[in-house]
Amino acid sequence: MPFKIGEVVQASTSQFQAECYELHGSPPFGSLVKTGDGLIDVYAVVYNAATTSIEPGRHPIARGRDEMAEEDIYRSNPQLAKLLRTEFEALVVGHREAGCLRHYLPPQPARIHGFVYVCEPDEVREFSRSFDFLRLLLDARVPASAEELVAACLRQASQAHQDPRTFLVSAAKEVVILLNGQLDSLNAILRRIKA
Amino acid sequence: MSLEQPKDNRLGIVVSGSVTRGVEVKLDSSSLVEGMVVGRYVTIQGERQRFFGMITDVSLEVIDPRLAITPPDVSDPFIAEVVAGTSTYGKLHVRPMLTIGSDAMSILEGPQPVKTVPAHFSAVELASQQDVEQVFGQVSEGQFWIGTPLDMIETKVRLDLGELTKRSNGVFGKSGTGKTFLTRLLLMGILQEGAAANLVFDMHSEYGWEGYSEGGRKVKALKQLFPTKVAVFALDEENARRRQVSADFIVKIGYDEIEPEDIVMLSETLNLTEAAAQAPYRLARHFGGQWLESFLNVEGREEVGELAASLGEHEATLAALRRRLETLRRLPFLVAHAPDNSVKRILEYLDRGISVVLEFGRHTDIAAYILVANLLTRRIHAQYRERTERAMGEDRALPRPLVITIEEAHKFLSPEIARQTIFGTIAREMRKYNVTLLVIDQRPSGIDEEVMSQLGTKITCLLDNERDIDSVLTGVVGKSELKAVLAKLDTKQQALIFGHAVPMPVVVRTREYGSAESYKDLGFREAAELKRRAEQDIEELWGES
Ligand SMILES: Nc1ncnc2c1ncn2[C@@H]1O[C@H](COP(=O)(O)OP(=O)(O)OP(=O)(O)O)[C@@H](O)[C@H]1O
Ligand SMILES: [Mg+2]
Repeated sequence: MPFKIGEVVQASTSQFQAECYELHGSPPFGSLVKTGDGLIDVYAVVYNAATTSIEPGRHPIARGRDEMAEEDIYRSNPQLAKLLRTEFEALVVGHREAGCLRHYLPPQPARIHGFVYVCEPDEVREFSRSFDFLRLLLDARVPASAEELVAACLRQASQAHQDPRTFLVSAAKEVVILLNGQLDSLNAILRRIKA
Repeated sequence: MSLEQPKDNRLGIVVSGSVTRGVEVKLDSSSLVEGMVVGRYVTIQGERQRFFGMITDVSLEVIDPRLAITPPDVSDPFIAEVVAGTSTYGKLHVRPMLTIGSDAMSILEGPQPVKTVPAHFSAVELASQQDVEQVFGQVSEGQFWIGTPLDMIETKVRLDLGELTKRSNGVFGKSGTGKTFLTRLLLMGILQEGAAANLVFDMHSEYGWEGYSEGGRKVKALKQLFPTKVAVFALDEENARRRQVSADFIVKIGYDEIEPEDIVMLSETLNLTEAAAQAPYRLARHFGGQWLESFLNVEGREEVGELAASLGEHEATLAALRRRLETLRRLPFLVAHAPDNSVKRILEYLDRGISVVLEFGRHTDIAAYILVANLLTRRIHAQYRERTERAMGEDRALPRPLVITIEEAHKFLSPEIARQTIFGTIAREMRKYNVTLLVIDQRPSGIDEEVMSQLGTKITCLLDNERDIDSVLTGVVGKSELKAVLAKLDTKQQALIFGHAVPMPVVVRTREYGSAESYKDLGFREAAELKRRAEQDIEELWGES
């Protein structure tokens, strides 16, 4: 059973935002997650995560001056965990409909309160057998740079493959073609994924 | 694009091309550029048919020229690997030569000449053993094969020896590339399949009993492998004895057998002027059959002067001719009158289907070689001619095909003399009288163009002289590409074969010769078995007694 990590709280066709059940429990940057209603599963790549105060406008304040360790702060202030939340944003890169995996956007956005799962290695492997999703990542305007995102995503996905290096080489070849002469971006990505 | 799952043999895809130029193939990034070799076979799966062709060039291409200016950091193996095939890629030039089908009809018809090109993006694969066998035929038990295609040690290339012996053929290649080894194999094939009887003018005595490999190791020659099908004739008895070759016949040539035409052949070798080379015709008319001996017996300036006057020749011409011909006197196999008729003896063997190798022993002098080969060939050809004409008139079986092998062929077939000499005649008349030539030469550009164009099948090892390459490839489809292939052959034991005996040009690694195993493959049997076989042969020949 895949690991249920949170719930969709905001969604559009090309991305969704989810709140994690655990504070600081966001899936890694670049990892593949999915949410669905049983008919259509939406796949997305985590591109941003943030932990903020539940109440808008109220900022956490520093509390650890007299504590030995970070955990001690939470132990001394049990209410804190309730006042903070961790959210993450993911870029939709594909979907599965009637068992069929597609590397393009789904007909409907993810549903609010849909459970979000971290994809298991098997599923990551299946999904990353095609590199068509790389185009969506490269084109996305994200707070971290697209190069960072692509590199992180490929590094993450490579771990699900038996031979990560071969996977990375093939993926990078695709990137070379997609970037079509944008040598700066290309070099940035290559440097970030070379094993 | 998806994660490439490299299929075993796939090399890449067709990206452009034409019937006249051949096609360009972009290599998949998973195919190693350096693994591609010109001369290798590929198949191209077109939309309707499969094409069979040969790699004739390999090149490197860059998609984005900016990359060539600021190359990525390819010292990093990862980056190097990524860049290969995407920003840079290897390209093959392939010449499709045949189409092969898989349906019943096309298998029946066999491979067909190419009349179109495969569609864009057709997949290109290395040809499999099966493909190659479909084109070159499968070698069945007892059939002769000449070698293996490049990088296909399991696949054997057959020569259609029936087709081969219908025309004159050539073996070319610069010195030390394997002409002799190849020719020896070829002769064995002809023997083995009984396609023809051979007459070999063996300048360096390496075809009859034994030869030597580069390391000085002895290798068996025809007679050791096929003792009942080969006779060794020797021109140099003493030498044969010393090499412990039991010659079947010692050849002596009488002065009275030498004809003016034989001297014309020698004009270049003896450095004769045009006039001097033609004078023997007058001498022969004057002296008759004994002209050479009589002429050589004319001594002293005065006598030569008198002779010149009566013939209407310049005295200087005759004197020079006489001086030059004097060198013939030093050839010990030349006698006033031969005790036995060598031509008759040779024919006796050939008629029984037994090949004759004439070893020259120490007489490796080119003048001796040309003289003897020309003289014997002329008379043997005359016999064949007479027999053929008679056979046709009487509707009888034609004489058994004969293949005459000569080395240093350009000495016999140079443009200056090819029209006048027997070898030129044989080369031009194809198999009219069932006699063809197998010419061996390291300088094919010295051979008359017309003769070259008459050669049915050419087998050529590495050549590096531009003119030689041109002369060998004259008139071949895809010449410029084959040129590239030819110039890239290994320096040894590789040959490009094209012409009637093969369905399309083929580069082979010549089959290994010289090991015990190679002898066995060619049918060599150890003494005990040999004896049994010989007895059997005799029985077959004479019937049970
Ligand atoms: N098929 C073969 N099997 C084994 N060895 C070979 C073969 N072909 C060539 N060689 C090696 O290459 C050497 C040269 O070959 P070969 O004597 O046939 O050359 P060549 O072309 O006749 O040379 P040249 O012009 O000097 O007569 C041989 O002595 C042998 O060692
Ligand atoms: Mg030789």
